[in-house]
Amino acid sequence: MEWEAVIGLEIHVQLATQSKIFSGAGIAFGAEPNTQACAIDLGLPGILPVLNESAVEMAVKFGLGVEAEIGMKSVFERKNYFYPDLPKGYQTTQNDLPIVGKGVIEVEPEEGKIRQVRIHHAHLEEDAGKSLHETYTDENGRGMTGIDLNRAGTPLLEIVSEPDIRSAKEAIAYIKAIHSIVTYLGISDGNMAEGSMRCDANVSVRPKGQEEYGTRAEIKNINSFKFIEKAINHEIERQIELIEDGGRVIQETRLYDSEKNETRSMRSKEEANDYRYFPCPDLLPVELDEAYIEHIRSEMPELPKQKKQRFIDELGLSSYDAGVLSATRPMAEYFEQVKDRCGDAKLAANWVMGELAGQLNKDNLEIEQSPVSAVQLGDLVKRVMDDTINGKAAKQVFAALWAGEGASADEIIEAKGLKQVTDTGAIAAIVDEVMANNPQQVEQYQAAPEDKRGKMVGFFVGQVMKASKGTANPQMVNQLLKEKLG
Amino acid sequence: MHNKTIAELAKGLADGEFSSVELTQHFLGRIDALDSQYNSFITVTPEQALAQAEAADATRAAGNAKALTGVPVAHKDIFCTNGVLTTCASKMLSNFVAPYDATVVDKFNSAGMVSLGKTNMDEFAMGSSNENSFYGAVKNPWDTNAVPGGSSGGSAAAVAARLAPGATGTDTGGSIRQPAAFCGITGLKPTYGRVSRWGMIAYASSLDQGGPMARTAEDCALLLNEMAGFDPKDSTSLKKAVPDYTADLNQPLSGLRIGLPKEYFGKELSAEMSDAIMASVKEFEKLGATVQEVSLPNTMLAIPSYYIIAPAEASSNLSRFDGVRYGYRCENPENLEDLYKRSRGEGFGKEVQRRILVGTYALSEGYYDAYYRKAQRIRRLIQQDFLNAFNEVDLIMGPTTPTPAFDLGSNTDDPVQMYMEDIYTLAVNLAGLPGISVPAGLVNGRPVGLQILAGHFKESQLLNAAHQLQTATNWHQLAPSAGQ
Repeated sequence: MEWEAVIGLEIHVQLATQSKIFSGAGIAFGAEPNTQACAIDLGLPGILPVLNESAVEMAVKFGLGVEAEIGMKSVFERKNYFYPDLPKGYQTTQNDLPIVGKGVIEVEPEEGKIRQVRIHHAHLEEDAGKSLHETYTDENGRGMTGIDLNRAGTPLLEIVSEPDIRSAKEAIAYIKAIHSIVTYLGISDGNMAEGSMRCDANVSVRPKGQEEYGTRAEIKNINSFKFIEKAINHEIERQIELIEDGGRVIQETRLYDSEKNETRSMRSKEEANDYRYFPCPDLLPVELDEAYIEHIRSEMPELPKQKKQRFIDELGLSSYDAGVLSATRPMAEYFEQVKDRCGDAKLAANWVMGELAGQLNKDNLEIEQSPVSAVQLGDLVKRVMDDTINGKAAKQVFAALWAGEGASADEIIEAKGLKQVTDTGAIAAIVDEVMANNPQQVEQYQAAPEDKRGKMVGFFVGQVMKASKGTANPQMVNQLLKEKLG
Repeated sequence: MHNKTIAELAKGLADGEFSSVELTQHFLGRIDALDSQYNSFITVTPEQALAQAEAADATRAAGNAKALTGVPVAHKDIFCTNGVLTTCASKMLSNFVAPYDATVVDKFNSAGMVSLGKTNMDEFAMGSSNENSFYGAVKNPWDTNAVPGGSSGGSAAAVAARLAPGATGTDTGGSIRQPAAFCGITGLKPTYGRVSRWGMIAYASSLDQGGPMARTAEDCALLLNEMAGFDPKDSTSLKKAVPDYTADLNQPLSGLRIGLPKEYFGKELSAEMSDAIMASVKEFEKLGATVQEVSLPNTMLAIPSYYIIAPAEASSNLSRFDGVRYGYRCENPENLEDLYKRSRGEGFGKEVQRRILVGTYALSEGYYDAYYRKAQRIRRLIQQDFLNAFNEVDLIMGPTTPTPAFDLGSNTDDPVQMYMEDIYTLAVNLAGLPGISVPAGLVNGRPVGLQILAGHFKESQLLNAAHQLQTATNWHQLAPSAGQ
């Protein structure tokens, strides 16, 4: 039987506010345990929350970015459960009336295949603290649990998709699209390694063609692109095998173990907590008006979808190139800077997606970490365009810039003597020399039929370029060779 | 000195009749000598009080005194006090020293007032008799066999016994007004949002409101002047200017329209109680007010509505007391679940546990609509009842409680009977309205209170009416023998 996976994702995005969602404590990553937790975050008696308005603004930005309905009245509720890293015994979150309603995101899991993933809603909430199970022992060496409340109260935007995703690959494309939007908007640093984006996946399978959904399992705690794909694929396989062996999937929460590449049961629906949601009486409903929404709308940056379209329409890039170059904000910024510097979008695109992307990939670097700046690359491309250097020399210059051997393309061209030779006389002299040194090849060439000669001329071009240390203008070399070889 | 009102003490201090140190020493001496009979304080802070008194005298000497500089008061032990034990009368917080002041405490400190200590109460403000305290029951200074009311029973008893000229209280369903009535003092529950809840340990957040307890309406006005105001740390406090609550105390009452809700004078009210209340109402008529009957048809629904909403909020508010970070922790917990169960089982008293269970049940999946949502709908009906009534009249009056103070131990086996004590007071919290209880004489030798209610933010009008009554009569001057 052919199976189809049905996947819905819940993505927790940590918002890039200065302080926590209900307190003035900072939210920097990696601080000493409990140094960024004030009385409010500790849940001391008598404390009260005050909503951080910039978290609201960021949520609204996201909503506008995915063309969603904005909740003009949203309500914080309490989700009640006991856990040592949940200081108040409840999480303040939104349930019935979230700040962001239905929206949609376009994703392109493979070239030319565009899919719409609907957003069910997105809501604001506070993060819990962290339980540290490994590091602590008591005086008798027994394991103890430490609690770090630095993260408690960190603002999160939980983005809940409809079950519109059909494969792990689509899931990755969706997450990357979300990542791209939140980083474009500047509402999150999107740093998955530091937990700024965390993902829970609801996965079920059904026979292809069946309308009805299968029973779903929720996989928690997946926090890198790599693991998301593996965890989802593993879970799809587990469910298919289970059903094909005559079993049935039970509704439960499963935890992904990245070391063993497996999911295991955490709790079933029957054991699930009854969270006893009710409106938080310490916080007033958040009521927004049109003027506020319009003000935020007027400050929205260009988003990936719009940017891609502009790259196609105005710069004449292909849909694929436009998609790659607009995928992340740093990539788009880099590309646009190169393009502005050199003035040729297609050449700029080729360099960014070719030489630069290749080197970044090889050295495992992000574009923000590139040793060659966009200005340096733009100037280099400019020298190719004005025939100062040829393509081959340009690659040498790029390598030198990458290695830090000079501050600019011009400096390296000068130092290495890579300036292209365009003097006909000088090139003709080299051509003559090469022909004189290779009489046998000249004879063979001249004896060969017309249709074989094209290939054979390559040998002479190579020799001339070598003799000119790569500085001869290749077009002129070709032309002179053809003339002189007859 | 202890029979003087706050207004008189403030004048005495201003006139140099006595110093704040002398005054503070006098009240500390009375607490030391007499409180063993009433158990109205959980913590007395003589050193801190005297230091504050000295500072107050110095401020006065420097010419910087404010209205109440140097006046001593007591705080209900539900208000967090920086560096001082704050227990909420619970074993759970019997070791908790707050690292911050409640806004109310902070405001009193900034006003130059002196804190004598922390008063006893029903545990986590849950109770109507002050018998639910880890630190033992409080006794009514009028009759030590009687309860002082609750939950602000310690504050009421301390003021009645002249151990403090005034005190803070909190009122979630009557916890200021009912003990004020039982102890023969004046207690004001302000409009919800008028006084900051920051640092006031939450029982039921949408109902809790701090307020003043003193012997006269004028004193309550003076204290409210220092307590009220918007607090950026409390999202439910209101951005509304604070008037001088003493400014309108002497407005004439001619033309004032008083409504008597027929539901407050039903058969559960004894003839003696009714007579006492009507005697006060007559005084208002003499002062030029007109009296008419009004109806609050949903009054009887206030109790079930309140006893869903308040426990529901409490069940969540009290979840933080888990033995993990502060407060009581059981001995040798075997695992996390054991830690939770025993810390909470041993740390909370019976009534608190009862309300947590009721509230947890009311919020449970499948019951939420039938209980919590329905209770919220009733709450809106009750609010509407009051709004309708205030279209016809300026003030609503009636008894604060159905009976005078009952005997210690008489209601402890029957929680529902105990809950009925709050029948006249609960609805006011559900509607968020201000209300005041003023002494209205004695029934069977025990004080009873007249409750006066007004529209939202009309505290000045309440205080005006109460002050005029106290100018025309002397019920508020009756004192238990202990106060002589």
